[in-house]
Amino acid sequence: MGRELTQAIVDGILGGGVYALMAVGLTLIFGVLDIINIAQGILVVLGAYLSYVLSVHLHIDLFVGLLVTVPAMFLVGVAIQWAFIRPLRGRERTSMSLLATYAVAIILEGVLYLIFGSNFVSLNASYVQTGPKVFGFYLDYIYIYGFAAAVVLVAAIYYMLYRTQFGRTIRATMQDHTAARIVGINVNRVQMLTFGIGVAVTAVGGMVFGATGGGFNPNTGYDLISRLLAIIILGGMGSIAGAMLAAVFMITLEAVVDVLWSPNWSVVVFYGALVLVLAIRPQGVFGKKAARAQ
Amino acid sequence: MSAPSPTSTDLVTTEPARTSLLPAGRPGMLIRLGSLAVLLVIAAIFPLVITNPLYTQFAVDTLIFVAAVVAWNLFSGFSGYISLGHAVFFGTGAYTVGLLTTHWKVIGGTIFALLPLGGLAAAVVAVPFGLIALRVRRHTFVVITIAIFFIFQLMAFNLSFTGGVQGLSTPFFLWSAADYNNPFYYVALILAVGAIVLAWLIRGSRFGLRLLAIRDDEDRARGLGVRAMRTKLSAFIISGFVTGMVGGLWWFFIGQALPETVFDPNFDLSVVLMAFLGGAGTLAGPVLGALILEPLQQWEAITFTNGYVAEISLGVIFLAVILLLPRGIIPTGKEFLTRWQAIRARRGQPAQDGAAPAASGAAVPSPPTPKTGSIR
Repeated sequence: MGRELTQAIVDGILGGGVYALMAVGLTLIFGVLDIINIAQGILVVLGAYLSYVLSVHLHIDLFVGLLVTVPAMFLVGVAIQWAFIRPLRGRERTSMSLLATYAVAIILEGVLYLIFGSNFVSLNASYVQTGPKVFGFYLDYIYIYGFAAAVVLVAAIYYMLYRTQFGRTIRATMQDHTAARIVGINVNRVQMLTFGIGVAVTAVGGMVFGATGGGFNPNTGYDLISRLLAIIILGGMGSIAGAMLAAVFMITLEAVVDVLWSPNWSVVVFYGALVLVLAIRPQGVFGKKAARAQ
Repeated sequence: MSAPSPTSTDLVTTEPARTSLLPAGRPGMLIRLGSLAVLLVIAAIFPLVITNPLYTQFAVDTLIFVAAVVAWNLFSGFSGYISLGHAVFFGTGAYTVGLLTTHWKVIGGTIFALLPLGGLAAAVVAVPFGLIALRVRRHTFVVITIAIFFIFQLMAFNLSFTGGVQGLSTPFFLWSAADYNNPFYYVALILAVGAIVLAWLIRGSRFGLRLLAIRDDEDRARGLGVRAMRTKLSAFIISGFVTGMVGGLWWFFIGQALPETVFDPNFDLSVVLMAFLGGAGTLAGPVLGALILEPLQQWEAITFTNGYVAEISLGVIFLAVILLLPRGIIPTGKEFLTRWQAIRARRGQPAQDGAAPAASGAAVPSPPTPKTGSIR
């Protein structure tokens, strides 16, 4: 039991790192655009399928393939924002954007079903099935590499946000759209690029998830988005540090319940933890209280 | 079924009209009540005239969705809190009715007497659900409804009494095959009309005004003495009760409840889409949306053997509605009508100001009102 528990905790932390990356993208989009991208889950699956096509049909290594899939997903994000988010105006924008991204999600899901069918597939490479022995159990390299990639990317996003001029414009836009516009920031451009960056990270998240998650099909998007939403709400919407900590905490919790109780109930505990936290602290652990506007 | 639309204008703009159902001296009111009655008669004799079971099945599905969308609108449309978790009530109702039918071995027409119990179970679920979810607003509320929805779907898969992945099947109903759909049709019609009347009563009541005030500005409504939580929660429970009954009826009609079909994310999405297509927050909009979209979805389901095409088209219609008709058919149509009448009045009788549109009110069912812009 002790060994399994250690394994669950290590798996949880490493897997949580990948979820942290996907959640940071989602919370960044929320902070800058004030919308929730329900399509994030299916975009992760799309990223995974892109890696799948590259590795199976063109025999490109999963990590090398990221050089193609990350820019591709960035463009997909920019296109979605330009076509479906930017035209939304007025006081119904909040609910409209949710529904619009939900609609994008089910269209993508349907298209992926038409192309790839409903069979579960998973990504494979030499480092997916092999790895060193740590704490008495085998840890596949992909977990380590994936975690490392996630840490590097989150650090890069942090660097961009806090050390570059573009990051400053993003943070300014997060704080106050109108004021940002007044001081000469092109808010439309910032929003478009942020959406692109938030979606681009799903290419990496999707690749690692596809190699570690025990297979995926187009329906996996629902599972992913509900977890990601739970994570960013728990962390406090728009809080990047909160999203990272919540991701690691929640995925570890799920892995531990998996071992100690039953895989059937770990997901219920996962959402139960969210509901419990919200009953005590509605704005999430790191969140600020919502502004008065409905 | 789209007839209640004129009434909705009345309820908001002219106060005294709602105190009585009798035509209050205005010819417009008489026309409205008349057309409403005609629609009701048409709906009542529909299965007697059209006996093709395929079409009556479409009709039952459509009425079920009319009731569900009106119930959703009664909470989300009026209060502005967009719920994507109403499938929780739908599924709770379906499973409650299913378990009771199996356990008590109910058979025959009396099964429909169990529907209120399904609604009651959903209403009981709505209390803790609402107490947690209604503390937060906007995006967070939507996301919490999604999270709670997933909890319920997972519980349906994992708890022992729900039948797990096999689900619950209905007993065999001993009705003649020829008009098998008819009992379901009339029960669905009663539910749909009941839901519409309920929504109409709420819209015209002080309670409804409180809900609308919360939609427009919750903090200001609070400042004016509206007990926001109590109001929102009551509407949530009422909405859940109706949705639960609808879920129970759906189980009888379809014959089987699976965790993924009664707790179905596409149910939530369809309901919201129908409401937004017609106009969320109006009385007639949700009915119109359901009448347009549900037959379309049913038609797609039999035309394309591949279910994914229907799914993609649902998404495409959704995007089109959001981008082209964001406020829905009823409010946009009303605004268009008002503008058109104003132009006509200005051109035709330049001397009379304001009186002209009122005079033409009898000919055109919806009289122009300056406030239509504020109705979603």
